[in-house]
Amino acid sequence: MADESPVQPESKGEIGLLEKVKEELKPFQEKLEQDLAGMKAPQKTQLYKSIFRVKHDETPRSRSLGVLSNVFLHLHPARVNRDAVRYSYTWGMGGITFYLFIVLTFTGVLLMFYYHPSKIVAFRDILYLEHDVPFGKLLRNMHRWGAHLMIITVWLHMFRVFLTGSYKRPREFNWVVGVILLVLTLLLSFTGYLLPDDQLGFWAVTVGTNMARASPMLGHEGPLGPQFGMTPYNDVRFALLGGSIVDSNALLRAYIWHCIAIPIIASTFMIVHFWRVRKDGGISGPSPVGLAKEIKWDRLGER
Amino acid sequence: MDWHQLWVITSAPDNVPIVGLVFLVPFYVWYGLRQSFANDRLIAQLEADPALAKTHHRKTQPFQSDWSKEVPVWPFLLRIEFLAALIVTVILFVWSITLNAPLEEPANPSITMNPAKAPWYFLGLQEMLVYFDPWMAGVVLPTLIVVGLMAIPYMDMNPLGNGYYTYKQRKFAILAFCLGFIVLWVGMVVIGTFIRGPGWMWFWPGETWDHNRLIFEINRNLDDIFGITSAWGKGIFGAIVTGVYFAAAGYGTHKVILLTEFNRRVYARMTLLQYLALQFFLTTMLLLPVKIVLRLLFRIKYIWVTPWFNI
Ligand code: HEM
Repeated sequence: MADESPVQPESKGEIGLLEKVKEELKPFQEKLEQDLAGMKAPQKTQLYKSIFRVKHDETPRSRSLGVLSNVFLHLHPARVNRDAVRYSYTWGMGGITFYLFIVLTFTGVLLMFYYHPSKIVAFRDILYLEHDVPFGKLLRNMHRWGAHLMIITVWLHMFRVFLTGSYKRPREFNWVVGVILLVLTLLLSFTGYLLPDDQLGFWAVTVGTNMARASPMLGHEGPLGPQFGMTPYNDVRFALLGGSIVDSNALLRAYIWHCIAIPIIASTFMIVHFWRVRKDGGISGPSPVGLAKEIKWDRLGER
Repeated sequence: MDWHQLWVITSAPDNVPIVGLVFLVPFYVWYGLRQSFANDRLIAQLEADPALAKTHHRKTQPFQSDWSKEVPVWPFLLRIEFLAALIVTVILFVWSITLNAPLEEPANPSITMNPAKAPWYFLGLQEMLVYFDPWMAGVVLPTLIVVGLMAIPYMDMNPLGNGYYTYKQRKFAILAFCLGFIVLWVGMVVIGTFIRGPGWMWFWPGETWDHNRLIFEINRNLDDIFGITSAWGKGIFGAIVTGVYFAAAGYGTHKVILLTEFNRRVYARMTLLQYLALQFFLTTMLLLPVKIVLRLLFRIKYIWVTPWFNI
């Protein structure tokens, strides 16, 4: 424009400049308007699409995809037995157990920031947590009570699975995996008990591991133990404690089992457990009741 | 009645979860059995009326023929899971704000705690130490509990009751499991927590824990009662008694298992290995209440004494 009319009054030129700027900004303004319009529909943005991968709208198909195409939710099928979502069948105990495991992992990691697994220091760290760390007491309490609650919920979960006969074909193996998880849950609690290094934990673990020295063949006080060459310095108890008494090595071992080894092993078995729930055809019921006289006894072995 | 003592025990922070357990377990037993009985009534009705059995949807849950059998996980399951997580979180927060985790004096090997108790969920095992030597109570029996639990699906050959609550169709299985889990396991946890005091002695609820109490209880072994003194005699006598126990218990459970026509058909499906395993786990489990009675009522400690081990 400026090239077309070289002789122009200043004022006119200023107006021209303003218009020019406006003209130049127009595309940006349009883009801005587009962006603002886009904000009203965030699900159309590249960022959103890159995260969620599929479009979501209020159709049954889309809801199913929303569950199936999400890493965390794809543990679930898209649809479930309408009566299984009632609380009355599963009591939600497996799910609550899993949720507590997550809460415990979370609070446990936070506790690890403040805890040193060595004699003297360990106990002081707990005092420090209780009195100086912001929310430290709450953190410790939540970890403690969460663990106790988890034990209760695993027991109740097992009881529910038994009452509904859910361990029967084809879910036999998942029950076995469950029993392993039960043992791991108890071991997690037990190894954690020693970590504050107070009288309570010390004597509980002393009582607990004293039983190990009575193991048949593997403990120095157990039947056939001495015949197998067991002494207080080479039997299973020694291996568990890293020594012949509950001391600093035992604390370190308990710490490593509690914070690293067992959580990894338990997580692995949980993955298998959930995978098998799905592969065995989802939750077992509530299914229609069977009648004794309808059983085809000769064809029962078939899967 | 020493209410203070009772309060000291129940309000010990690490015991509070068992107080919860004492309410939760009966509640869920009732909750599960109520559904079992409802299904049993339906089963009885369907068995009496074959025509109805053909058309009935066979559930006690509300039903309309035009409802779809399945519902989308989103939102019907996810909202319940979300709600459950929320409620558990709230409970845990309230619990953690109101009750502090215990912390005793620093560990000190030269000051023994009396009673030195394991965490409550292991008190069942610790209580077993009263009735069996450590190698049995601490190693063999826990192993058998775990292996026995794992073996349940491979021993229970009853095809009914898969995926719904029922009592009538699985009486034996349910009673056996409740004996093991509720009566023995939970029961011994409760005894270990509320009854056992200093020196692991028996104190009734409300009885004062007397740290100086001495009980001059004379525990005898079964062979002493029969006046057997030689080591060989004891060993052989114990082996016979143990053998007789297993034979009698096995015979008894065999009779109970075969009580009904239906159970006899289930039995016919089992291999010998399956049946022997079932018998082994059941009779071993029953050994515990037998020894509890022998010990608590008759003050008999061992039934089999040998130079290497005692049972
Ligand atoms: C850390 C421990 C455990 C976790 C996190 C866990 C989690 C779950 C979850 C979320 C389910 C889905 C249904 C439900 O919530 O009831 C389930 C099902 C199941 N669990 Fe567990 N479980 C654990 C321990 C156990 C134990 C101790 C057993 C048995 C001894 C067991 C046996 C089973 C079986 C057989 C199923 C399939 C039930 C059905 O289809 O109705 N689980 N578990």
